[in-house]
Amino acid sequence: MTAPADFRFDQHVLHFSGELTLARIGDLSRRLEALGEAPRTIDLGEVDRIDTVGAWLVHRIAREHDVEIVGADADVCQLIEQIAEADKPLKIRPDSSPPFIRVLREIGDATSAAAHSLAGLIGFFGATLIGLWGLATHPRRFRYNAMARQFEVVGVKALAIIGLMSFLIGIVIAQQGAVQLRQFGAEVFAVNLIGRITLRELGVLMTAIMVAGRSGSAFAAQLGSMKLAEEVDAMRTIGVSPMEALILPRILSTVVLMPLLGFYSAVIAIIGGGIFCWIDLDIPPITYVQRIREVVPMTDLWVGLIKAPVFGMLIALCGCYQGMQVEGNAEEVGLRTTASVVQAIFLVIVLDAVFAVFFSSIGWI
Amino acid sequence: MARLNTADDETVIHVEGLRNAFGEQVVHDGLDLDVKRGEILGVVGGSGTGKSVLMRSIIGLQPPQAGVVEVFGEPMIGREDHEAQQVRRRWGVLFQGGALFSTLTVAENVQVPIREYYRQLDDQLLDEIAAYKVAMSGLPPEAGPKYPSELSGGMKKRAGLARALALDPQLLFLDEPTAGLDPISAAAFDELIRSLQRTLGLTVFLITHDLDTLHAICDRVAVLADKRVIAVGTIPELLALDHPWIQEYFNGPRGRVAAEAAERAAVKETGE
Ligand SMILES: Nc1ncnc2c1ncn2[C@@H]1O[C@H](COP(=O)(O)OP(=O)(O)O)[C@@H](O)[C@H]1O
Ligand SMILES: [Mg+2]
Repeated sequence: MTAPADFRFDQHVLHFSGELTLARIGDLSRRLEALGEAPRTIDLGEVDRIDTVGAWLVHRIAREHDVEIVGADADVCQLIEQIAEADKPLKIRPDSSPPFIRVLREIGDATSAAAHSLAGLIGFFGATLIGLWGLATHPRRFRYNAMARQFEVVGVKALAIIGLMSFLIGIVIAQQGAVQLRQFGAEVFAVNLIGRITLRELGVLMTAIMVAGRSGSAFAAQLGSMKLAEEVDAMRTIGVSPMEALILPRILSTVVLMPLLGFYSAVIAIIGGGIFCWIDLDIPPITYVQRIREVVPMTDLWVGLIKAPVFGMLIALCGCYQGMQVEGNAEEVGLRTTASVVQAIFLVIVLDAVFAVFFSSIGWI
Repeated sequence: MARLNTADDETVIHVEGLRNAFGEQVVHDGLDLDVKRGEILGVVGGSGTGKSVLMRSIIGLQPPQAGVVEVFGEPMIGREDHEAQQVRRRWGVLFQGGALFSTLTVAENVQVPIREYYRQLDDQLLDEIAAYKVAMSGLPPEAGPKYPSELSGGMKKRAGLARALALDPQLLFLDEPTAGLDPISAAAFDELIRSLQRTLGLTVFLITHDLDTLHAICDRVAVLADKRVIAVGTIPELLALDHPWIQEYFNGPRGRVAAEAAERAAVKETGE
């Protein structure tokens, strides 16, 4: 290895030595700036090798002071000339503003983005309805294959995880309920608790959260990546409507699957609770099932089954809408995917509260 | 006397007995290739003959099933990452699609390799380096603070070239740099690569389909067919061979037009 880049300065001559290359330049640039006097000649005679960075440093000095360069062969002179030609000031990033203004702007941007996002979502819902109407009038354009695929991805593949989650939740409700009710000597009422809360609320709500995390995010990421790769534009130009080929199959399959998954989740939670009751409270399965039938009104099932497709619609809408909003770069895909999940879960919970008030007021309690 | 920072070895890339396969499909079998210091080697072959895969195996992104790959005399296969780093900082790669980092501006893209390898450089010098690299790649100064999604295809290629040149490499890999460019931009790109190669003393591994590029700037051309390099040489040398694909490639209607254009250019140059 040869010597690192160095210089010495005497009698108005700047002698460079060593390797004037990116790898060996070290802090030469800073030391050169600390140099007080202006050189008249730059001597490259002792330099072993030079690359564009070395040539740039030489050019930078030559630019500011009128100097003569000696000790360089024709190739190196040409390199320095080329670098001189390429000396154009350049902005590295777009301009940024002072912190205070930036904070204000970010708050404003976030507010208007939230409003836009809600308005956009409503608009997207409208577009989906129009697309659905198109399908209803031309049923032959319906894409069975895409739909079947989504059924598998959104539904069948989610069975295991939703089942496990619901089973555990059933056990937790039974256990916590029994502990509290035991204080009143009323632990058998844990059965009422399990039956009603799973069918009415938790089955569908937990499933919605799971589907939003599993499928809503996947919709956003898939559609977002397709938009980045211009696949969506390519579809449009071929005459395939992205609404029919991509969005409706996802939305329809989620709407159809949410009630099924929600009901499945409630049943598994009831089974989990039943096993706990059998082991801990000595309630045999036959008695447990009988009590469930007695204490859970039919309306509880309807409440769950009515809410589920609405939640499914919301989740798929948020996922597809955010995915179709992706523009520009890969980071955007990540941001939009996160946004789709957060938005979906938030809206599901808001709507769940609305439903709770509504069903109570029509007497389904 | 100062001289350019070029490679010392006579043979910069040495490939021997390379075999690549994806499942059943064998892409290369017994492929040999040598690239000499300071030359621009054009690599041609039909679509899907494995030009990109060859480049990926040389730069270590595609571990081959058998064979020897040496770059700057160092074996590249089965090396630990930190050993390969020493060689990696001596080459620059321009991928087929540009492969710019989409969350960084053009100028920041150029700075990424420098920041990665030379942390001690001060920010001012880094910005200056980015500025002249961007200018050398033929981009206007307005392109510096732009994000890749705001660039046209040709500008992306140039920005990719600027990033490939960031570390002042001795060896440059270019995968179809002029594909998708209009003829004027493509010719300017050829000229740019030629002049960079001359001033920096680069060795260039250039995959291309562009017959004009081959005539204008390549010192030698390697022809990929039948899973190996069937011939390497200057275009007249290749034309002397009796291989049907080579004859069709260079003597087809497009090949002849490109050859005539190159001849006219050569006459003009000597006439001046
Ligand atoms: N990651 C991969 N997996 C499977 N096959 C691949 C992969 N990459 C390339 N191939 C196959 O290898 C062959 C050569 O590809 P490539 O080198 O990209 O062609 P080209 O010469 O046009 O650049 C093609 O037939 C392609 O299908
Ligand atoms: Mg290729």
